[in-house]
Amino acid sequence: MLALVTNLLANRTIRSIAIQVFTAFALAAGVTFIAYNTAINLEARGLASGFDFLSQPALYDINQRLIHYTSESTHGRALVVGLLNTLLVAVLGIILATIIGFVLGVLSLSPNWLASRAVYCMVEFFRNVPVLLHILLWHGIILGLPKVRDTLVLGGGTYLNNRGLFLPRPEFEAGASWVFFAFVLAIILSFILVRWNKRRQVLTGQIFPAYWASLGIIIVLPLFVFMVTGGPINLIAPEASRFNIKGGIQISPELAALTWALAIYTGAFISEIVRAGIQSVSKGQTEASLSLGVSSGRTMRLVIIPQALRLIIPPLTSQYLNLTKNSSLAIAIGYVDLVGTIGGITLNQTGQAIECLFITMMIYLMISLIISMGMNIYNRRMALVER
Amino acid sequence: MRLTKTTIAAGVLALFAAGHADAAKLDEIRARGELNCGINTGLVGFAFTDDAGNWQGFDVDYCRAVAAAVFGDPDAVKYVNLTGKTRFPALVSGEIDVLSRNTTWTFSRDVDLGLTFVGVNYYDGQGFIGRKSLGITSATELDGASVCIQTGTTTELNLADFMRANNLNYESVPIETNEEARSFYEAERCDVYTTDASGLAATRTTFPNPDDHMVFPEIISKEPLGPVVAQGDDQWADVARWVLNALIIAEEMGVHSKNVIAMKNSDRATPEVKRMLGVEGDYGAMLGLDKDWAVDVIRSVGNYGEIFERYLGMNTPIQLQRGLNAQYTDGGILYAPPLR
Repeated sequence: MLALVTNLLANRTIRSIAIQVFTAFALAAGVTFIAYNTAINLEARGLASGFDFLSQPALYDINQRLIHYTSESTHGRALVVGLLNTLLVAVLGIILATIIGFVLGVLSLSPNWLASRAVYCMVEFFRNVPVLLHILLWHGIILGLPKVRDTLVLGGGTYLNNRGLFLPRPEFEAGASWVFFAFVLAIILSFILVRWNKRRQVLTGQIFPAYWASLGIIIVLPLFVFMVTGGPINLIAPEASRFNIKGGIQISPELAALTWALAIYTGAFISEIVRAGIQSVSKGQTEASLSLGVSSGRTMRLVIIPQALRLIIPPLTSQYLNLTKNSSLAIAIGYVDLVGTIGGITLNQTGQAIECLFITMMIYLMISLIISMGMNIYNRRMALVER
Repeated sequence: MRLTKTTIAAGVLALFAAGHADAAKLDEIRARGELNCGINTGLVGFAFTDDAGNWQGFDVDYCRAVAAAVFGDPDAVKYVNLTGKTRFPALVSGEIDVLSRNTTWTFSRDVDLGLTFVGVNYYDGQGFIGRKSLGITSATELDGASVCIQTGTTTELNLADFMRANNLNYESVPIETNEEARSFYEAERCDVYTTDASGLAATRTTFPNPDDHMVFPEIISKEPLGPVVAQGDDQWADVARWVLNALIIAEEMGVHSKNVIAMKNSDRATPEVKRMLGVEGDYGAMLGLDKDWAVDVIRSVGNYGEIFERYLGMNTPIQLQRGLNAQYTDGGILYAPPLR
C-alpha cells in the first residue's frame, strides 16, 4: 500500500494534482472555519450581524458633503458621502502628484546644476519621510495661518484663514444649461479638430496649432453663449458672519493638507519613475531626432516621452494605488472620508465592526481595481505594437 | 491609530477566538495576576499621569478599587488607554476587563453593543466651552460656528440633535482625543468645543488663560457616566457593580480610608457597615472575593467622596461641585442599593 502511494507520488502530474487538491481543500476548510467561528462568537457576544443598519438614520453630521446629507440621512448615505470625500482626495491627489512628478522628473535631468540638485534634495526629503508626518506637518502649517478674526482678504471674493480657503460659489440661473451645453460642444469640437490635424499632418506634413485652437474654442464658445444668454451664472462671494466666512465654497484645512501631503509624497516617487523612464530611452533617439531638424521640445514630446511612457506607466499605476490607499490616513487630521464614516463613526455607533470593515475593504479594493483597469487599458494603448 | 489596532484586534478575535465566553472572567483575571482596565488617553481629573508617570484620577481610582477587591492590591492594574472609538471593541474583544472611561450609559450601548453598565459614578451633561471674546452667552447663538467634537462619542450625536432642534448650521470638526481637541481649539480651528461638562471644566484648567474661556449655561444632554463590562459574565458584572456601590455606601455610612480598619474592629458599627466590611455574613464569598474585599477597596482608594474631592473637588484646579453627584441624603441623586 505504502509502496503504491510512494509510486503515485513519484509521478509528477499526480503529485501536482494531489498537492493542488490538498491546498484547495485546506483553504476551503480554513475559510469555513473562520466564517463559522465568527458567527458563533458574534452570537456568543450578543452582537447582531447583517447590513440592516445601512438603512438606519446615521444621526451624526459630516462637515464636508458633496451630496445632500443631514444627520437624519441613513448610514448608507453617510457611506456615500465618505466615499465621495475619499474619491475627491484621490482624484485631486493623483492629478497633482502626476504634475509634480513629471515636472520634478524632467527637472532632475536638467543640465542646470542648481535645478537638478535642488530637485534631488526635495525628492529625497519628500519620499523618505513617512506620509503620515507630511500630513500632520502640513495640517499644522495650515492651522498656523491667520485666525478667523484676522482673515486674509485675497480679493475677488476669496478669503483665507486657518479654517480654510473660501471661494465664490457659482449660482446657476435658467440659461446656465446652454452654457454647459456650449462647453461640452466645445470639447467635442476640439477632439474633432485634433484628430483632423493628425490625419492632415500624416497626409500633407503640415501642422496646424490644434491644441492652442482647442483651448481657444473651449474658452470662447461657452463665454459667447454666456454673454448671449445674459450671464446666467453668478458668482456669490462668501461673507464674514459672526463666527465664520459663510456662503462660499470652503476648501478645508484637512482637505488641503491631506491632498497636498499625498501629492508631494507620491509625486516624489513618480519623479523618480519619470527620470528612470526618460533615461531608459537611448540617447541616439534624441540625436537622430535633432539631426532631422525636429525642435528639442517636439523631440521630447513626440520621440522621448512616448517611448519612456512604456516604462513609466506600470510603476505609475502602483503609485496611484498607493496614493488612493494612503488617503485613508485622513483620520489622523479629522478629514471625514470612507474610513471616517463607515469605518469610523458608523462602526462605533452601530458596533457592526466586521460588516463595516468588510464594506470599507471591499470599496477600497474596488477603487483600486478600477484604477488598475484604467491604467492597464492606457498601458496597452501605449505599449509597443508588434506586427 | 489605536482605532485600527483595536478594531482589527476585535475583528480578528471574533474570527479566531474559540467560544470561551463561558470561562469565568474573575478566574481569568486572578490567573493573570492583574486587572486590564481601559481608561482615557488623558483627561485632567479623570485619568492623567502624575510627575512620576503613574496614572491617577477619578476613573483610574475605580480601576484601583476593583484591583483591590480582587487582589487586595490596588496596584495590580494594567492601564490601557483608549479613545472614544477604540474603547468598545477593546472591551468586547476581551482586551480589557473593565472600562472606566467617562462612558455614557445609553440604550443602544447597553442593548445593542453587547455591553453591561454596572452603575453610574458621575452624573454629567454635555456642555460647550468658548472664548469670552466671541461675545455670546448661550449655545443657541452658535449659528454658523465651527464646533470641535470628539468622534465616536454620544456627544457627537447629541450635538447633531441639538443643532437640528435649534435649527442651527455649524461646521463639525471631528477629533479623536481630548488633547487633540484642546490643540484644535487653542489654534482657533473651532469656535467652541463640546463634551461632558466635567471634561470641559477639566480641560479649561489646562488653558494658558482659563478666565478667557467660559462654559455656556446650556447642558444639552443627560450623560450618566459609569464603568462598563462586556455582556455575558454576570459574576464579573456583579463584582464591578458592587465595588462601585461599596464606594458610594461607604461615604453614606461615614466609612473612609482613615477609619475603615477601626470601623471593622469596632462593635459599634451599624449592621450594614459590618456586612460590607465582612464582619457579619460573608458577602465577599457570594461575589467570589475575599471577606475583606470592601475593606481593601476603601483602605486603598477611600470612599466615593474622598475620590471625588481628591481629583475633582473644590480643592483641585477643576473645582467641580458635587451637584447631582452628592449623596441622596445631601440633595444629590447618588443612591446605592442596600448591601444586604
